[in-house]
Amino acid sequence: MSWRPIHELHRRRLGRNLGVGLALGAFVVIVFGLSIAKTQRGEIQRPGVAVSQGGMGN
Amino acid sequence: MTDASINASSTPEREAGFGDYFALLKPRVMSLVVFTAFVGLVAAPVHVNPIVGFCAILFIAIGGGASGALNMWWDADIDMVMKRTKNRPIPLGRVDRVEALQIGMALSGLSVMMLALATNIFAGAFLAFTIFFYVVIYTIWLKRATPQNIVIGGAAGAFPPVIGWLAATGSMSIEPWLMFALTFLWTPPHFWALALFMRSDYDDAGVPMLTVTHGRRSTRRHILAYTVLLVVFAVGAAFSGIGGPIYLAVSVVLNALFLRGAWRIFRRDEVASEADNFKVERGFFKLSLLYLFLHFGAILMEAVLKPYGFGGWG
Repeated sequence: MSWRPIHELHRRRLGRNLGVGLALGAFVVIVFGLSIAKTQRGEIQRPGVAVSQGGMGN
Repeated sequence: MTDASINASSTPEREAGFGDYFALLKPRVMSLVVFTAFVGLVAAPVHVNPIVGFCAILFIAIGGGASGALNMWWDADIDMVMKRTKNRPIPLGRVDRVEALQIGMALSGLSVMMLALATNIFAGAFLAFTIFFYVVIYTIWLKRATPQNIVIGGAAGAFPPVIGWLAATGSMSIEPWLMFALTFLWTPPHFWALALFMRSDYDDAGVPMLTVTHGRRSTRRHILAYTVLLVVFAVGAAFSGIGGPIYLAVSVVLNALFLRGAWRIFRRDEVASEADNFKVERGFFKLSLLYLFLHFGAILMEAVLKPYGFGGWG
């Protein structure tokens, strides 16, 4: 545990790290949502479905 | 980075916060990109899944932001000189030039790839072309070489509705190019009116502006010429697939006012303008902001009302 006083520099760095973390988290959510939307529209098929229909992919 | 190196090499002024990286993406320009791309996407005559549509707009916006970061990387030298830009993250020393280049390149790649995956390869390719056009053709090549830089920069800013349309349909037609023409032909009168009443510091930075290279009389002529061309395309768009009675009514009123403003600017001389502190030029500039917003707003209204039997020509 650090007893040093929090410097403005540390606050800015914390904000930056939180911002990047949230942006990456949002990106994961977006890619997940996009995958669900595309799967529902039939643009992406699950591998098992594709193989059973005789295709190697989509 | 260790604490020792922080103490040795960094000062609070040089440490970037998240907001500094966000500022690299030119959020104000991004808002225009988002709005016009959204209108292009909604005006397209196909249904777009809301999640796919959201992703398309998001990645077009990130692509626009990436262009902004690359623009700040290249223009860091003149940004330090000009009053309007000296508070950007690079001139302030918060973000390093190389960092801006890296962020711009990374976000360009990400946005193009994700837009292509989310929608179609044509939209992704067109976004890549737009970034290339803005950064290489405009920023690096022509911005400092010709007083027509505003026209070329206007083209880059006019592509988003075309990308939005492409993202929705995967194919091209005349309507997105009418939206392109709207922003493209609107940009020169908008910026040259600003250049007339703002004693621009572009001159100190060595960027050729029409007011300086060809004189203020010539700038007034250019404003009128581009406005006449703009009126033709803006009103003509009313009779295309994106137009309708609402758009026609809005467009006729706005274009009449805009043409009147351009004519008054053309007729004035510097003495008259100085006498009332550029009242007409300032009014024209304010009107230009409303002009673009209401035209795209009217296109949006037509598209939104179409399913209910109100939008379009029926």
